[in-house]
Amino acid sequence: MSEDVDLSRRHFLGVATAVTGGVGAVFAATPFLASWQPSARAQALGAPVEVDIGKLEPGALLKVEWRGKPVWILRRTDAMLERVRETDEEVRDPASEQPQQPDYARNEYRAIKPDILIVVGSCTHLGCSPIERFDLAPADLGPDWRGGFYCPCHGSKFDLAGRVYKGVPAPLNLPVPPHRYLSDSVILIGSDTGVA
Amino acid sequence: MSSSQHEVGQMAGRREGGFNQWLNKRFPLDSLLRDHITEYYASKNLNWWSVFGSLAMVVLVIQIVTGIFLTMSYKPSAAEAFASVEYIMRDVNWGWLIRYMHSTGASMFFIVVYLHMFRSIIYGSYKSPRELIWIFGMFIYLALAAEAFFGYLLPWGQMSYWGAQVIVSLFGAIPVVGESLVEWIRGDYFISDITLNRFFALHVIALPLVLVGLVVVHIMALHEVGSNNPDGVEIKEKKGPDGVPLDGVAFHPYHTAKDLVAFVAFAIVFSAVVFFAPEMGGYFLEHANFEAADPLKTPEHIAPVWYFTPFYAILRAVPDKLGGVILMGSAMILLFFLPWLDRSPVKSIRYRGWMFKTAVALFVLSFFVLGFLGTQPATGLYTSMARVFTVVYFAFFLLMPIYTKLDKTKPVPERVVYHD
Repeated sequence: MSEDVDLSRRHFLGVATAVTGGVGAVFAATPFLASWQPSARAQALGAPVEVDIGKLEPGALLKVEWRGKPVWILRRTDAMLERVRETDEEVRDPASEQPQQPDYARNEYRAIKPDILIVVGSCTHLGCSPIERFDLAPADLGPDWRGGFYCPCHGSKFDLAGRVYKGVPAPLNLPVPPHRYLSDSVILIGSDTGVA
Repeated sequence: MSSSQHEVGQMAGRREGGFNQWLNKRFPLDSLLRDHITEYYASKNLNWWSVFGSLAMVVLVIQIVTGIFLTMSYKPSAAEAFASVEYIMRDVNWGWLIRYMHSTGASMFFIVVYLHMFRSIIYGSYKSPRELIWIFGMFIYLALAAEAFFGYLLPWGQMSYWGAQVIVSLFGAIPVVGESLVEWIRGDYFISDITLNRFFALHVIALPLVLVGLVVVHIMALHEVGSNNPDGVEIKEKKGPDGVPLDGVAFHPYHTAKDLVAFVAFAIVFSAVVFFAPEMGGYFLEHANFEAADPLKTPEHIAPVWYFTPFYAILRAVPDKLGGVILMGSAMILLFFLPWLDRSPVKSIRYRGWMFKTAVALFVLSFFVLGFLGTQPATGLYTSMARVFTVVYFAFFLLMPIYTKLDKTKPVPERVVYHD
């Protein structure tokens, strides 16, 4: 009986069955894995938000929520802009070469309008939300501190343009979200194309 | 091993025939009991270090039972989760006890498992022929870590929220796919209701199934090879005429009697924590978690629960995101390779030289120091210390092939001995 068995044929059929079954398993797994992507509702809730900054005073910080993250809008004073230029030497990516901002914010102040800084207030290290520290040379941050943002979780520091300092755990500048001005004082955060 | 030597229904103290025989013709109850309980022979010189495996099973049962009852009152939604935990604590009859048992059980699980792993290290229980038992055990540890992590988000407190944020962000360090992977894990653009709901599913059904399955294969592999002992002697090599190892005694009643004493001692400690210090000074239940999750405000100081702090200290010691994540991952993954990193001809620390003993002592020290540092803010001195002890931690593994080879060993006896 056993000498009638064509072993190579049996082996081929075994492998062919396993491969076919494997392909089937991959297809069957796809909907389950894809179900973990943000749902239609999550995407809708992540829609752009409109912010009126008409009443934002120079030097003041406005925090708004977009996609569950804090977005900071800081109207910088001339002195603050001056301090951004002073930190050029101490930050990791002074010219914003890493793709952490749309092209229109890839400039000296990382903003469309130099005085209005818009960044996602979520540390690029592990996502904690840094604290605004606009005081100069405080005791805990040292005499060289020129104001910026400090992350309490792991000690990352960012300047007043959201650029990350050297020698801290965070690798990248704070991201500038896509945004555009609907009018002089109304900003749309989350989208830079089309109509709101 | 011996089911064939016995006729169905001949187990001691059982009447022949009747229901017992009917049952055993249809289900191998008696032979299972013989193979794994009454005629599973483990060395007669096992000491207290060997009770932590049984204790881990006890904690697993506590976690499953209390967990089932918690799901009956808990609501896995961002709007209701925090309040439902308060409801369990205040309004559900005995809810506070069930929840404190579950939260204390989580920490006790890690204590017991860490001691169980330490036992394997000092007695060389991971060495050939027990490599697979060790590897299944390591998978149990990883599954347990994942289970603890998913469970920690459920109370939806500030530490739950930001802890999950930090850990999920670790995957963002992976080049190219990192950010999309993080979004896929969260199912949203931030840790949200969606994330909470899926972590709940993973915590209450997916990982418990994986854990129980892994425990089964861990024990099956153990019972195939046989338990190690404090002398690291293979008792199966010296068998009596009846085929039973000369140094072996039946798991039941001899080892179960000992394990039962350990269980009583464990129950005393466990109850003391549950009733008198369920928060354990902020180590078992962190204070920041008594405030509901706020996605826009990070607490001043974030620390994981104590059982992850050694690895967290390693993560923070590296001033580079990807580097820190890789090092933290390696700190866990390296344990898998112990069976091959250890080149010593002997298993037990009793017959090893000063080098291995020193290495183990330094390793334990580094684990405790890193564990402490992980609970503290990452300031100058503490960061430097974390770096030093990270090096010590890794040296234990990376230099192991060298020092275990060089180390002078003592001759291992043929049979197990009593040292005290």
